[in-house]
Amino acid sequence: MRSSYRFALAGVAAAALLAAGCSSSGSASSSGNGTSSAANWATETSASAGGGLNALIAAAKKEGTLNVIALPPTWANYGAILSAFTTKYGIKINSTLPDGTSQQEVNAVKTENGTAKAPDVLDVGQAVALANTSLFAPYKVATWSAIPAAQKEASGLWYEDYGGYMAIGYSSKFGTITSLNDLLGPKFKNAVALNGNPTSANAALNGVMMANLASGGTASDISKGVDFFSKLKAAGNFSPVSATGATIKAGTTPVVFNWDYLNLSSYVGVSNWKVFVPQGVALGGYYTQAINKQAPHPAAARLWEEFLYSQAASGGQNLWIEGGARPVEQLAMSNNGSINQAAAGKLPSVSGSPVFLTQAQNTDAAKYLAANWAKAVG
Amino acid sequence: MAVAATTETGARPARAGRRLSAPAWVGTVPFLGYVAIFLLWPTGIVVVDALKNPNGAWAFSNITELGNPLVRGYFIGSFKLALISSLLGAVFGAILAYAVASGDPDGTVRRLYLAVSGVLAQFGGVTLAFAFLVVIGPVGLLFHASWFYSFPWGITVIYAYFQIPLMVLVFLPAIDGLKVQWREASENLGASAWQYWRHVGGPLLAPAFLGGTLLLFANALSAFATIWAWENQIAYIVPQQISIALSSEVGLSNVNVADLLALGMVIMVAIVMTGYALLLRRAARWLR
Repeated sequence: MRSSYRFALAGVAAAALLAAGCSSSGSASSSGNGTSSAANWATETSASAGGGLNALIAAAKKEGTLNVIALPPTWANYGAILSAFTTKYGIKINSTLPDGTSQQEVNAVKTENGTAKAPDVLDVGQAVALANTSLFAPYKVATWSAIPAAQKEASGLWYEDYGGYMAIGYSSKFGTITSLNDLLGPKFKNAVALNGNPTSANAALNGVMMANLASGGTASDISKGVDFFSKLKAAGNFSPVSATGATIKAGTTPVVFNWDYLNLSSYVGVSNWKVFVPQGVALGGYYTQAINKQAPHPAAARLWEEFLYSQAASGGQNLWIEGGARPVEQLAMSNNGSINQAAAGKLPSVSGSPVFLTQAQNTDAAKYLAANWAKAVG
Repeated sequence: MAVAATTETGARPARAGRRLSAPAWVGTVPFLGYVAIFLLWPTGIVVVDALKNPNGAWAFSNITELGNPLVRGYFIGSFKLALISSLLGAVFGAILAYAVASGDPDGTVRRLYLAVSGVLAQFGGVTLAFAFLVVIGPVGLLFHASWFYSFPWGITVIYAYFQIPLMVLVFLPAIDGLKVQWREASENLGASAWQYWRHVGGPLLAPAFLGGTLLLFANALSAFATIWAWENQIAYIVPQQISIALSSEVGLSNVNVADLLALGMVIMVAIVMTGYALLLRRAARWLR
């Protein structure tokens, strides 16, 4: 295992080599291998413009394959969503790098550009989506109008898909947590972890931001959150171990800051798992869908989006709710009655008005963390 | 006559073939080609990209980033970890190797140690981190140690797990090279154990010991997965920061910074190698 990571230099060099190689040959191969149907799905911006959903399904079936990246099967019900898509349309899904980060998705789009294994569709964090719109193809799903205007790019380059609120998941052996400062107590020695390094992982940055809001900070200034983790470290309660399903099951990381849909006992695989959200702190975050402009399977990519944004009982939006995530069309679906009521009722409740970081707030937080995180907890 | 002619004609092509055989350096082409493709070329790309900005334009001012106190901190962290874990590994590995060497050369103990060292020297990464986690982590089976999170000492203990066996493997042949007769000769001449080690054994082993230490240093410097799994939320060493520069999804990713950090590591290794060469020249002075 180690040997594959050992030569950081060579690894970086190889990555750079790949990047260089591909950027030079980037535009050489376009992926539109002219389908026999009239529509060229690589440039269609909606199903109706290309001849309707049935034409899209036929073209996608002809392509037969869909490449997805960084979709962990245990994350937001993606395992069920992937298999439901394959069952419904008979399209094979190649799922690569399931535990990758958003940036690695974009890197793959660039380095594998023009090859048959390039990702067709992306599910990335907001910051990465906004920074890479030139890689995306505009497309509007049939339920486009059900997506709130603030949660999509007007021309359809990207559109948010599902999200949740930051929560602290913890083992019930600690009793009940009633405030953030409880975590500074002696019984939490080496217990409290983030989901990754906040200068790298979006969920971890939002974890620090949640502690910040709960400590009286504002979304524009994350410093109080960093101070909280500094105190946590000084108390000996901060665990630097990477929190995964395995470490939670083993009991190594019994307290984890993470999105509420990743803090479900069904997700972490531990039955005595409780969730705490500080009073009045509803820090939300949505992920974003986008289609690779150079997708090797342009029709399958668009059909995948139609499936994800379908309000049908077995469509993507309801499957996300079943996985504990909040789909972007939730409000519209509550209004038109297509929502899975039972699953929606199980979502953790949050109090206070929801806060969503703007791009500027996200950038400021990341910059502050880059300069101060290592000092605060090192 | 006919037979002789046949032999003559039969032999000639063979001899001619030998005379026409390629020069000796041809045999090194695959190796040199390999080095060029997998070492020189990528290194060249790292150097070039380290001095460019994300738009591809030259940005020699990047190099000043290496003086940034934050960045310097990662290099100091890397250096500390590599130095401490390689010195510990080298000293304990050398002692262990000597103990093994002084036993029965065909004995079970020696074979056992070699086999175990061979396995453990390659045992690292996430598996190693997780093994330590479940044995002595917060809910460890043996005991609960929190000092394992401290940097660099905690992680050094984990690194020692593969550093010591590696030293045993690379140092044992050198100890085996010490002839018993040399020891006997010095004793016959009235040398004490200290004098033997000071004037005979030590100088003989010094180059191998230094070489082994250097190998361990490079090994620790480039190790990544172990510390990544163990200290995931804090970056202490350069490879961790390279990973963040490549994969940050909160807007801090920058391939050129990753290249620059890699270039810094190249420079660091070059400095250490120079120091090693100077030390070696001094240590092996008597050989010339």
